[in-house]
Amino acid sequence: MVNSEASEVKIKAREVTVHYGEARALHGIDLDLNANEVTALIGPSGCGKSTFLRCINRMNDVIEGCRVGGAVSIDDQNIYSDEIDVVELRARVGMVFQKPNPFPKSIYDNVAYGPRIHGMAPSRAQLDAVVEASLKRAGLWEEVKDRLDAPGTGLSGGQQQRLCIARAIAVNPAIVLMDEPCSALDPIATAVIEELIEELRRDYTIVIVTHSMQQAARISQRTAYFHLGNLVEHGPTQAIFTKPENQQTEAYISGKIG
Amino acid sequence: MNENHIVSSFDEDLAELNQLVARLGGLAEQQLAAAIDALENRDASSIDKIIAGDAELDQLEQDLNDRAIEVIAMRAPMATDLRSILSAVKIATVLERVGDYSKNIAKRSLVIINEETNRAETISLARIANIVQGMLRQALDAYATANADLAMEVWERDEEVDELYTSLHSDLLRVIASGHEQASVSSHFLFIAKNIERIGDHTTAVAEQVYFQVHGEMPAEERPKADASSQTGESD
Ligand SMILES: Nc1ncnc2c1ncn2[C@@H]1O[C@H](COP(=O)(O)OP(=O)(O)O)[C@@H](O)[C@H]1O
Ligand SMILES: [Mg+2]
Repeated sequence: MVNSEASEVKIKAREVTVHYGEARALHGIDLDLNANEVTALIGPSGCGKSTFLRCINRMNDVIEGCRVGGAVSIDDQNIYSDEIDVVELRARVGMVFQKPNPFPKSIYDNVAYGPRIHGMAPSRAQLDAVVEASLKRAGLWEEVKDRLDAPGTGLSGGQQQRLCIARAIAVNPAIVLMDEPCSALDPIATAVIEELIEELRRDYTIVIVTHSMQQAARISQRTAYFHLGNLVEHGPTQAIFTKPENQQTEAYISGKIG
Repeated sequence: MNENHIVSSFDEDLAELNQLVARLGGLAEQQLAAAIDALENRDASSIDKIIAGDAELDQLEQDLNDRAIEVIAMRAPMATDLRSILSAVKIATVLERVGDYSKNIAKRSLVIINEETNRAETISLARIANIVQGMLRQALDAYATANADLAMEVWERDEEVDELYTSLHSDLLRVIASGHEQASVSSHFLFIAKNIERIGDHTTAVAEQVYFQVHGEMPAEERPKADASSQTGESD
């Protein structure tokens, strides 16, 4: 399942620590994430998966009392250095959340929002083109092309999630972070998103947090197992799910610890 | 991995599969022993029972497959759990085959017994059969205790079976080629010998599965193949 060609490292985390006030949530994570691969982050609730994900687009910066140590680089550029424009970074690193959260605006405006604020589509025609292309890539265009003015919140849960994916990719990111994107969806809507993720990895590097071992096994090329703020094991997904090296990983994926 | 699953009924499912394999193994051993006894003691009285008894192995194997499919579908097993289910299925297939070979040995033994001749080959055959029976016992023990080292001993013993078989095989071929009046009985001996040798091979496959289940990979080296008589004379 892993690409045979040598994969290029897109995201490099080195000794990443995160504190919320006095409490340390991550204890020094070293992890390389490859370009054009889906990496699944798995582990028990509270082990730090979301915290780690938020280090990649500096979303932790907006959390009161949260401190990030160590280094995270994208394409060998430290995203925590002073030269980094955080707004621009968050366009390069899109994020999709557990609960679909379209803005209370039209379908069109949801997708157009990012390109507008980043000044990426000066003319209306250009904006139309970006909206259409993004909705197509998110596999939603055929379902909504006749009602682009309808509110995004009126779509089904699965459609809303694809709208959020369209919104994230409209600003042409390099990386898409997804935090349990299917946990509020039914199996069919989940399958549609999974198929989409497989499509998207041709163009993007994807990091996804999931509680479904089967989902991680189905969609990711690599899997990282976190436990109590540590990275326990990281490797090709098929190895993690058939022959993990670490006993804790084995216990977790086999349903032996909570 | 001795920890229990959080969902304890999953442990019960896995235990049930192990028990089905153990029952199949016990039956396969019985069938083989009965067929060899019948031949050695020139006792035709148990032959019908052996032939009829094969259906129970077939049924048990089917039951195990059905249960395994259910467990895979319901539990979505990973890693060691998945390997152990796969091993149970593969070992069951092998044990069902051992039953087929035993049945074939029983059928051919009946012909030999009815010929009312006393043949020295019986002793050589019984000797090979005893080794194979011991291997089967040990492979099943290795499975029951998840002991990969024990399994590898089984694997190594198959070489001796192959050597003895090759020697008996050429003796029998010589009798057949000489146009001796008992050539047709000899051909039955030949097929019985082949069946026993095949059971030995299948038993090593059980051993390999035990190794795989424990270590997550097949044993590294190819076992040296001493059987020079090639793959002929399958059973029914
Ligand atoms: N905003 C926050 N403020 C304080 N503590 C937090 C916050 N977010 C997460 N934590 C704590 O950090 C740890 C890791 O949480 P999180 O990254 O959400 O784990 P996961 O995503 O693996 O469930 C937990 O102990 C959690 O309580
Ligand atoms: Mg989380």
